[in-house]
Amino acid sequence: MGYEPQQDFGTPEARSEVSVTLTIDGRKVTVPAGSSVMRAAAECGGAIPKLCASDNLEAFGSCRMCLIEVEGMRGTPASCTTPATEGMVVHTQTPRLEKLRRGVMELYISDHPLDCLTCSANNDCELQDAAAQVGLRDVRYGYEGANHLGLTTDSSNPYFDFDPSKCIACSRCVRACDEVQGTFALTIDGRGFASKVSAGQASDDFLSSECVSCGACVQACPTATLQEKAVKEIGKPERAVVTTCAYCGVGCTFRAEMRGEQLVRMVPWKDGKANHGHSCVKGRFAWGYGHHKDRITSPMVRETIDQPWREVSWDEAISFAAQRLGAIKAQYGARALGGITSSRCSNEETFLVQKLVRAGFGANNVDTCARVCHSPTGYGLKTTFGTSAGTQDFDSVMDADVILVIGANPTDAHPVFASRMKRRLRQGAKLIVIDPRRIDLVRSPHIEAVYHLPLQPGTNVAVLTAMAHVIVTEGLADEDFIRERCDWDEYQDWARFVSEERHSPEVLEAVTRVPAADLRAAARLYAEGGNGAIYYGLGVTEHSQGSSTVMAIANLAMATGNIGRRGVGVNPLRGQNNVQGACDMGSFPHELSGYRHISDEATRALFEADWGVTLDPEPGLRIPNMLDAAVDGSFRAIYIQGEDILQSDPDTHHVTAGLKAMELVIVHDLFLNETANYAHVFLPGSTFLEKNGTFTNAERRIQLVRKVMEPANGLEDWEVTQALANAMGLGWSYTHPSEIMDEIARLTPSFASVSHTRLDAEGSLQWPVNEAHPNGSSIMHVDGFVRGRGKFVVTEYIPTDERTGPRFPLLLTTGRILSQYNVGAQTRRTANNVWHEGDVLEIHPADAENRGIRSGDWVHLASRKGETSLRAVVTDRLAPGVVYTTFHHPETQANVITTEFSDWATNCPEYKVTAVQVTPTNGPSDWQKDCAEQSARARRIAPE
Amino acid sequence: MERQSEPAIRIVVDLQRKVLEIIAVRLGEEAPLLPILHDVQAAFGCVDEAAQTTIADALNLSRAEVHGVVSFYHDFTSSADLRPALHLCRAEACQARGVERMVAAAEAAAGQRVELKTTYCLGLCSVGPAARVGDGLHARLDETGLVKLVQSL
Repeated sequence: MGYEPQQDFGTPEARSEVSVTLTIDGRKVTVPAGSSVMRAAAECGGAIPKLCASDNLEAFGSCRMCLIEVEGMRGTPASCTTPATEGMVVHTQTPRLEKLRRGVMELYISDHPLDCLTCSANNDCELQDAAAQVGLRDVRYGYEGANHLGLTTDSSNPYFDFDPSKCIACSRCVRACDEVQGTFALTIDGRGFASKVSAGQASDDFLSSECVSCGACVQACPTATLQEKAVKEIGKPERAVVTTCAYCGVGCTFRAEMRGEQLVRMVPWKDGKANHGHSCVKGRFAWGYGHHKDRITSPMVRETIDQPWREVSWDEAISFAAQRLGAIKAQYGARALGGITSSRCSNEETFLVQKLVRAGFGANNVDTCARVCHSPTGYGLKTTFGTSAGTQDFDSVMDADVILVIGANPTDAHPVFASRMKRRLRQGAKLIVIDPRRIDLVRSPHIEAVYHLPLQPGTNVAVLTAMAHVIVTEGLADEDFIRERCDWDEYQDWARFVSEERHSPEVLEAVTRVPAADLRAAARLYAEGGNGAIYYGLGVTEHSQGSSTVMAIANLAMATGNIGRRGVGVNPLRGQNNVQGACDMGSFPHELSGYRHISDEATRALFEADWGVTLDPEPGLRIPNMLDAAVDGSFRAIYIQGEDILQSDPDTHHVTAGLKAMELVIVHDLFLNETANYAHVFLPGSTFLEKNGTFTNAERRIQLVRKVMEPANGLEDWEVTQALANAMGLGWSYTHPSEIMDEIARLTPSFASVSHTRLDAEGSLQWPVNEAHPNGSSIMHVDGFVRGRGKFVVTEYIPTDERTGPRFPLLLTTGRILSQYNVGAQTRRTANNVWHEGDVLEIHPADAENRGIRSGDWVHLASRKGETSLRAVVTDRLAPGVVYTTFHHPETQANVITTEFSDWATNCPEYKVTAVQVTPTNGPSDWQKDCAEQSARARRIAPE
Repeated sequence: MERQSEPAIRIVVDLQRKVLEIIAVRLGEEAPLLPILHDVQAAFGCVDEAAQTTIADALNLSRAEVHGVVSFYHDFTSSADLRPALHLCRAEACQARGVERMVAAAEAAAGQRVELKTTYCLGLCSVGPAARVGDGLHARLDETGLVKLVQSL
């Protein structure tokens, strides 16, 4: 595709069944009722000059450029605020209008710098375009009068500049911040001639204001007033490639705008069905890590982990790895080998890694990072509904009346979806938040949760069962739905169970610390408030009862009939770009692609015929079991693609012991991550900009990832896996990831009709895509559950074994923040660090005062598993007795604190509950210093 | 150090408490922002950034939004000016009755001591030139009368 920006229709699309026909400049146009004349004109190819209008913002009518004449109507109304009506006859170009527009443009230009040739928006400026459209030839007022040309530029944001001297006060940035992002960080300061865009208050700049750097204002700006620094440095892009973001599970699509081989900027794509042209600070701006000095582009090997790395050719690295894998297999058997697929990599790459493990290594020791995040979602939703996936698309939230958010922090972790949710909340939907921490959604400008249930960490099941108790005992269950769609006997068992007095909110209050009256009111609201939609995250899954909680959520949705249509459903918010895809692709040790059990002979036969191998019918080891087996000596070699298990997995000391015990650790990654400190082979990876493939987002939407630039390391990740497979004698011959997708489609019923050709033509597809669902499925379980009848599962609350006591009196829970992503491997290598340069410990004022801790102090955080030090922030976002941190920074290694406890069904670690003690200290702990030294030693690369 | 900063902290806390009291009175009203801003302006002679932040938080608005409103209206100021103020009407009717000729003398009389502000129409067009001091209106001013009025403040 060339560079041409996407067409802007001026005002949002009207959604009406009724259409109207009008005449614009002699041409008949039919549009949905409620469309503006401006939009109608744009849809038939006309372009009325405009400055303050944009099709992602409500019409504003301030710039006075888009004036029209309408027969039978007095004056010259603005076309953006004039609705199209039946039979209307509109003229957009008359001598009167030309004169008016030129006069308005003269005024704009009399107070605008005439430095177009040296301006960063030259040839990409709507003011320039409009001046050309109206035929401005002269400015009668001259340029000497009062003006704003001397105003200084605000460069405080690391990614864009604000130059008020070029501002035309159209308010598009202010409105984008309000309407699209929902942060309300911008305003117009002053009035009249003194009007100027201001971030925050008078003493603020962009960085100190409430701005979250989502980029909506930069995108909205018609001039160079708000402009990406990269465009100022590099120049105007010359071509654009549409691709999919590799950060969170929202799956935003972007135009990667390029100049030569250089990426100039990422601009959200308006046709992206997940993001509709919106973005967050990570996807929009934090892509520079691919060129960070830490990026490793040469393969490296070493005999032992105490040696420095030796840079070698691809051939040498691959044969080094293959030989050792072969030797270990020969000596210890196939089950001594394993691999880990990555939710950061594409479906095709993930599929190949699990194929390599099953068909090449010869056992099923393959697992994925979803083990440590959403494996309980897979288990819980498969058990209750029949499919391991969320039930809705993101747009469904716009039809929700009551939104229940449990253990998720969307404004930080899924910001683009959160903006949509906030828009729906501003329209009047009601919000219930169940979270130990007062997340921003509980209360931030123009939105407020009706109920926030600040539960004690680890009591999710108790809270949800208490809600079910209220719904059943107060007669709020949707019995018609249940009789028609679910197993009635199972429902009755469940209803009897939840109705027991011991599950009443009043009794459980002692455990959950949620006021019973609030819980009752919240349950009633969810059951009776219209369309009820549940959104949840890792605060649900990462518990010893993670799977039970997912099933308790499914129970609530079924009991209230909130499933199988728009505006309702059960929606896991996936942490990583391709968690859904990695799970779909057969990354779990017990399942082949499409969630079919490895012990199923028919399924195995299908794969065996296609791959020409015999598959082991026994499920393999999960990540924690691989580490246990490594310590025991029965597991010897591992291939890890795109995951830093040492930093991200719980109980760091145990992970270290497991890695150290292995004979061969192959790390395939962009950077020498923490895990690579214990690796023998390092295979450099390619970034999402450097490869072709597909990602599947949280709404089951499969989207193309298109190669924007050549891989800095020389090979796309699937090529590396193929080279390793071939060195082990597998004889693969894929020439493009589309061929891998063809194989996936051939072997996986839910992907049967998926192909790169179709994705390229249609933009995206939501699985299942097959004969029964030729165009995919935006909402699931519409005419019945995938498993047949919905299954109610009794979820007995069992407290975690992790208890507070005299030595460890506080409960630590963990979470995310907006600017950093997961272990931070990417975001820490961008300017995003200005917002978060280190992990901090949030602690309640009462707990802080007891311990003599003030905000900014170093504190020592210890559990029975380990200890680390970090700085404290005193805040009442948490209840007394609960502390909170993130694990974005390897200097902190927060996971040295977390324990070995995990979900009973899936082994998903219990990251969210650890008993800890917090004491004042004066700097990093000795362990942290040793760790830093050890890392530096392990990362040495021998000079050539 | 600690001891010295304590009274300052107490003043800040007291001021914030006073702002919160003002907010509490108005909170239930429909569209309470402007009445609250008027009350705070009257109580403190300004709505400073700290007060704006407190108000924003109480009404669940962004800091930017409250700042936008405060900066839009001339009646609200973000820092207090302790000088007496005179609002002189310089709209068309008062101009027609000669107010522009009196401005220089008024400015000279005001000097730095009195804040001389311009306003556009006090609704006294038939009896201009007109001025306002606090809630008091002054009509049919001539140069002498205006200078006397400024001097009397």
